[in-house]
Amino acid sequence: MAKMVEIRWHARGGQGAVLASRYLAASAIRENLYFQAFPQFGTERMGAPIVAYTRISDAPINLRCAIERPDMVVVLDPTLLKAVKVTANLKEGGAVIANYPGTVADLARELEVDGQFKVYAVDAYKISSEELGRPIPNTPMVGALARVMGLIKLENILAEFEEQFSHRFKPEIVQKNLQAVRRAYEEVQGL
Amino acid sequence: MRKTIGLTGDGAAAEAMRQIDPDVVAAYPITPQTEIVERFAEFVAEGSVRTELVAVESEHSAMSACCGSSAAGARTITCTSSQGLALMHEVLYIAAGNRHPIVLINVNRTLSAPINIHNDQSDSLGSRDCGWIQLYCEGAQEVYDTVIQAVRIAEDPAVLLPVMVCLDGFVVSHNVEPINVLDDQEVKDFVGEFRPAYSLLDTENPVCLGNLTLPEYFFEHKYSQAYALEQSKGVIESVDQEFGAKFGRSYGIVEGYRLEDAEIAIVTLGSMVGTARAVTDELRSQGVKAGVLKIRCYRPFPIDEVVAALKNIKAAAVMEKALSPGAPGPAVFSDVLGALYHKGVHVNLISYVAGLGGRDVPARSIRRVYEHLEKIASSGRVDRILNYLDLRGWQ
Repeated sequence: MAKMVEIRWHARGGQGAVLASRYLAASAIRENLYFQAFPQFGTERMGAPIVAYTRISDAPINLRCAIERPDMVVVLDPTLLKAVKVTANLKEGGAVIANYPGTVADLARELEVDGQFKVYAVDAYKISSEELGRPIPNTPMVGALARVMGLIKLENILAEFEEQFSHRFKPEIVQKNLQAVRRAYEEVQGL
Repeated sequence: MRKTIGLTGDGAAAEAMRQIDPDVVAAYPITPQTEIVERFAEFVAEGSVRTELVAVESEHSAMSACCGSSAAGARTITCTSSQGLALMHEVLYIAAGNRHPIVLINVNRTLSAPINIHNDQSDSLGSRDCGWIQLYCEGAQEVYDTVIQAVRIAEDPAVLLPVMVCLDGFVVSHNVEPINVLDDQEVKDFVGEFRPAYSLLDTENPVCLGNLTLPEYFFEHKYSQAYALEQSKGVIESVDQEFGAKFGRSYGIVEGYRLEDAEIAIVTLGSMVGTARAVTDELRSQGVKAGVLKIRCYRPFPIDEVVAALKNIKAAAVMEKALSPGAPGPAVFSDVLGALYHKGVHVNLISYVAGLGGRDVPARSIRRVYEHLEKIASSGRVDRILNYLDLRGWQ
């Protein structure tokens, strides 16, 4: 039986969730895994809550529909924790990985999670502000998610970033992003 | 070198276009096709193709420019969606009637009103009688492969008809998945150099195109065009087989999925095929004899193949993302029914219209269609022919 992980991303328009979901998915090629990455098709506006999806599987994926019962939820903006029910339809025992400045216990309380889901926190705004000089949470969140998911090695996440973005960003910006991914991979709490 | 990369359906179409390096692309951007034009314009700007990109002011002009360039003997590709295809409508007939081997990539999106940018198949299914070959793709790999095949099919001297390659908007066009991309040279060798059978610029062999044709010959012209479309099935098949032999991927005219001993089947096209496969696998693991019939080639309609695939099925549902208001049934359903009648085969057949205006067609809804089919198969009675999936308040 094929093993498939289904991930739902919550972010605000402009935070780069679609890009992050695609980047994570493309990294899966390096592990010989199959994937899909697609936004929830709405009318997207800067700052408005948006949803994106990623499927990663060890076999070709036939499903061509939205993810109804995700295994994991990634939250790119802490203000969404109150604005959106990010745990909606999350599978029992599933994981929430949030950009969050507090402790895992604080996050669990804020989400009103009491053991039914695993909760992971990483301060992606702090990391990206320190590494990139701007609070852009998408690349560090890919690092944190990769750590929790465990299907794609850090080196492959980093190599894919270099391949995809080297022609778009200056070398020092690429290096700073790589450092942000690395730090989030190491700093994510709740493991 | 062949390589596997992450591409959207639009990106896969653009990549195929880059490798084909057509003489002319005349196109106008429209959601959800825009990424194809954007990417292709980048290829032109960076000089990775030699194509003349004609930035027209509307889709009517796009298809008109395509007809002109094809008539001049240029290999011509365009792409559009929805209102764009509708605006091309009158020129689509001219492209087919003048036997221009144009390739059009249509990213399926619904038609206004109400205004909506999302996926259904109303646009291309509504263009089914224009005389074009229509091929529907399930995913981005098939889009990539089919665009390459389409050039060969259209230009085959026995065909000389335009080909529409359809992919579901957003569901396929905006989903990134791993695509095996062929080597540039392999694609160039497969499509070969375009040697137009008739070209306005070939002054050694003058021809007339688009003449006024009065009642004494018009009918014969239209019949020969329709006959060519019927006969194109063999070429569509052989190009696909040659592609399969060279590159290891082929799709057929139709594809039966777990149909050999199936009792119930969903007949569908485009991205819904994939989800129906996944549901079939699940049902099979529970002992339900379910299957899927994918219609990849919708025009010409594969009468023999569809009937052969369905003749032993107890109950089948045709699922399509388009309405035919006021008709006895929607387009694909009516064609499947007509095919069965042609061959004198009776199958308990129902219709499900699904996913209009981008409504998601989830696995659980497709499961309900199979449950409906199980009831019909066990009772031998069709309770309702025309059905609407996940529609609120239908009577």
